[in-house]
Amino acid sequence: MTARPRPAPPEPDADSATFWAALREERIALQRCSACQRLRFPPMGRCPWCATSGGAAEDVPGTGSVYSWIVVHRAFDEAFAADVPYVVATVDLDEGPRLALRLDEPDGVDFGARVRPRFHHHEDWSELRMVLDG
Amino acid sequence: MADRAVAVAGVGYTPFTRSSGRPVLDLAADAAVAACADAGLTLAELDGIASHMVGSDSENCQALATALALPGLRFVLDLNQAGHAPCHLVGLAAAAIATGRAEHVLVFRALNGRSGTKVGSARFPGRGGQYRYPIGYDAYPMYIAMWARRYLHETGQGIEDLGSVAVAHRAYAVRNERAVQRRPLDMAGYLASPMVADPFRAADCTTEVDGACALLVTSLDRARDLARPPAVVASAAYRAGPRPGLDIGDHVLTGDYTRNFTEGLRDELFGRAGLTPGDVDVAALYDCFTSAVLMSLEGLGLADRGGAGELVRSGRLPVNTHGGLLGEGYLHGMNTVAEAVLQVQGRGGDRQAPDHEVAVATSGALMDGSALLLRSDR
Repeated sequence: MTARPRPAPPEPDADSATFWAALREERIALQRCSACQRLRFPPMGRCPWCATSGGAAEDVPGTGSVYSWIVVHRAFDEAFAADVPYVVATVDLDEGPRLALRLDEPDGVDFGARVRPRFHHHEDWSELRMVLDG
Repeated sequence: MADRAVAVAGVGYTPFTRSSGRPVLDLAADAAVAACADAGLTLAELDGIASHMVGSDSENCQALATALALPGLRFVLDLNQAGHAPCHLVGLAAAAIATGRAEHVLVFRALNGRSGTKVGSARFPGRGGQYRYPIGYDAYPMYIAMWARRYLHETGQGIEDLGSVAVAHRAYAVRNERAVQRRPLDMAGYLASPMVADPFRAADCTTEVDGACALLVTSLDRARDLARPPAVVASAAYRAGPRPGLDIGDHVLTGDYTRNFTEGLRDELFGRAGLTPGDVDVAALYDCFTSAVLMSLEGLGLADRGGAGELVRSGRLPVNTHGGLLGEGYLHGMNTVAEAVLQVQGRGGDRQAPDHEVAVATSGALMDGSALLLRSDR
């Protein structure tokens, strides 16, 4: 019997290291532009709305609403074969940015459904998922 | 010097298979030889080559020039782009020819897309992958399905509208000897197709294949002396929306999943040609997945918003007469452009559209893409 293959962990870059490290501590740290004040995701060196360089990370609550979702029935990576069917949703955080992430206990998911974070700790990285709120 | 008019003068294909057993460069060369033979041009007259690949799934233009023993090149273009490239490549080749920078440009796509690297589930280079691949959000049908659910919701359409595309395309594929999916499909068969990434079933997804497809682009004056009726390049346009993402699978910075690049380029595309959407006789629309056809019909103004599924069911406009990438096979849309050429030339055989003076072709499905208007030489 062979062990179930594990998903390959993320490979953080200089911009994303803060985001991944924060998830390990069950925090969601996003960059805020010092000029236009927008929060952004994914992390990157310049603001994709105004091109201002830099920006400080700050923690956000991570509540939001579902914009769209899919139900994966066919795993393309063997590491997820035991998970199907599973739901991936695009969630618009109340603070603005959109994230694509796994939705746990997705029964009743709908457009605009409210969600809140749930952190999954893998051996060497932590994953941000969401669950339906209320 | 005024710009010269430009036309596509010939097309060439290899067979589309599940396992070619051959190097990609051989496939590219065969398609190139076929396109030149189709146009009645000798290989040595080629002075330009343009192509695209994803990652390293093909061969560059330099290699093909060597394989074809070309005496030299004045124009070369290797794009690392996915399905949004074919119309763009033809447009850039046309610009080079129009301004006298080249005379005969071969545009090709070649890959072992079934037996080798499968783009649909490949890991794309770039900075966005770290947020997708570790969580199982890792294949192209998933990304496009994410858009499709929201698109159907906002436009008041449903699963049967996706199914209408699959059924209509298959009916054309049945009549196309080159197509890899030739078993008839009705709505019941579509609905029985296994789920891949809900709302997509297997029947919503293109079939990845090995093969190559090439187009021969030249001046209209030259094309008039060649073997086939010219398909005049009336207009070309490329469009990427704001914040198109960090790689070709990254779409979290795009706000609206219900409109694709076609809406952004429509006015430029038709305006430059002096045509309107109402002039289009036949459409060849990039269809890696069914939803892309619906979104592009609406974005181009060929259907009202929310009316694309009904348009497909009505049969009023011939769309993807080759059976699409869904039916003919996934040559990343180079074969979509080739079908538009064949239709304008009146060479569609059993699947020829009755009226074929103006054809529109698209490349791409989501944030960014390109399009062409082709018209007959009148």
